[in-house]
Amino acid sequence: MAETISLEVLRYSPERDAEPSFQRYDVPLRKDWVVLDALNYIKDKVDGSLTFRWSCRMGICGSCGMMVNGEPKLTCATFLSNYAREQRPLRVQPLRYFPVIRDLVVEITDFMTKLQSVKPWLIRGKEKPISEGEYLQTPEQLDRYKQFSMCINCMLCYAACPVYGLDPVFIGPAAIALAQRYNMDSRDEGAHERMDVLAQHEGIWGCTFVGECTKVCPKHVDPAGAIQQYKLTATIERFKSFLLPRGAK
Amino acid sequence: MAKQSNEPVLWALFSAGGVFAAFVIPVHLFLLGLAFPLGWIPAPGYEYLHALVRLPLARLYVFALCFLALFHWAHRFRYTLYDGLQIKHLNELIFFCCYGGAILGTVWAGYLLWNFR
Amino acid sequence: MTETRQPARYTEYHPRWYRSRVSTWWWLARWPYLKFILREISSVFVAWFVVVLLLQIRALSRGSEAYAAFERWLQNPLIVLLNLITLFFVVFHAVTWFNVAPRAMAVRFRGKRVPDLWIVGANYAAWAAVSLVLAWFLVRS
Repeated sequence: MAETISLEVLRYSPERDAEPSFQRYDVPLRKDWVVLDALNYIKDKVDGSLTFRWSCRMGICGSCGMMVNGEPKLTCATFLSNYAREQRPLRVQPLRYFPVIRDLVVEITDFMTKLQSVKPWLIRGKEKPISEGEYLQTPEQLDRYKQFSMCINCMLCYAACPVYGLDPVFIGPAAIALAQRYNMDSRDEGAHERMDVLAQHEGIWGCTFVGECTKVCPKHVDPAGAIQQYKLTATIERFKSFLLPRGAK
Repeated sequence: MAKQSNEPVLWALFSAGGVFAAFVIPVHLFLLGLAFPLGWIPAPGYEYLHALVRLPLARLYVFALCFLALFHWAHRFRYTLYDGLQIKHLNELIFFCCYGGAILGTVWAGYLLWNFR
Repeated sequence: MTETRQPARYTEYHPRWYRSRVSTWWWLARWPYLKFILREISSVFVAWFVVVLLLQIRALSRGSEAYAAFERWLQNPLIVLLNLITLFFVVFHAVTWFNVAPRAMAVRFRGKRVPDLWIVGANYAAWAAVSLVLAWFLVRS
């Protein structure tokens, strides 16, 4: 195995630069190193000004999402050795379709706002008093939403979604998947509250089922599936409200 | 509650059209567009086809196919222009051209089939 | 007693974010995006089939001479080529549609999710069956 691998990292310093530019670094190629290790090596030993987000380094916090050779990846889960034999240097860029604050750090408030707008928590019409015990849920009921609960809010799906790139008002894959996670939860009673937000054009209807979001999701959440299933639900609700206008819910 | 959007209806038509088109158009097109003209399979005669299309069920089938397939095209093509070409400022024009075209096609189909003798 | 907030005595610094514009040719940059656009373009060929079908109906209603002229038109090499391309796109539409069907409808049976492959398989089987039935009606004389 070669000794080193070349990385081209996009740098952007708002005080100095009008536009981002690539800077090349050579880092040791260790068999067990991931891209995040390379970035930390650069920051420790080569260029302390390199700025990036990371936390758990094990694929559960969702902080280290970046573009690696044009594909959205968790840098803590992307091995350098997979790119060792490439002719061109490994390109690391900030997550696509988000404004860049500095180097590899992007502004994610848009996602945070959208996530909050779908009310990703259990909504009950009436809370059960503690004396009555827990909300019980069978394994089958859990299975209905479990896949969507795996989302780690890493936003790789947003970086993959061309609709979000072209039309940033689109609410996006993760937000819809998380809304579905609660809609399908047997303990939840808030589906109609979420529908107001989701049934807009900027909600589910902007989605054209490209399917890239599902492909890049590191936790196999299948947001594209969640969105299509919700389109069916919303359509049935619409037809119901049309045929039975007077609140026959 | 926010104003009820019509997207669900359009999406439902798109989906129904997509299913219908996926199941039946390949065999129809293979026969009509390739196998019969190129002589791979002997084409049915005029008399037979005319009698077949005269059947009310056949005409209903053709009408449903045209109606749903055209609205499938309209919805998908509208979004392709909207996203693919990024010409959102022509949003309303695209909307009317697409669904308007589908309506015109459906009316033509209805006219042809209703007056089929 | 509520305290009134003192106005900030500094200029807030907001770094200039960099936003890149998405190119009009975004769909050429990656193969999955191109495949997606081709799938969407298939709808145009679906519409073309409807036109051909309606032209056939119209020719049938105008008598055997008109229908013979329609059949000759179908044999024109350019039309054959167009219909060959159309067939490719229509089949592409069908295949991509069936392949994503299980994700769009999470089918559950007795509490467990039916495996995706069964749904896809069922769709292909139905496609074959429907095609055979239709062919039986259309190939007769």
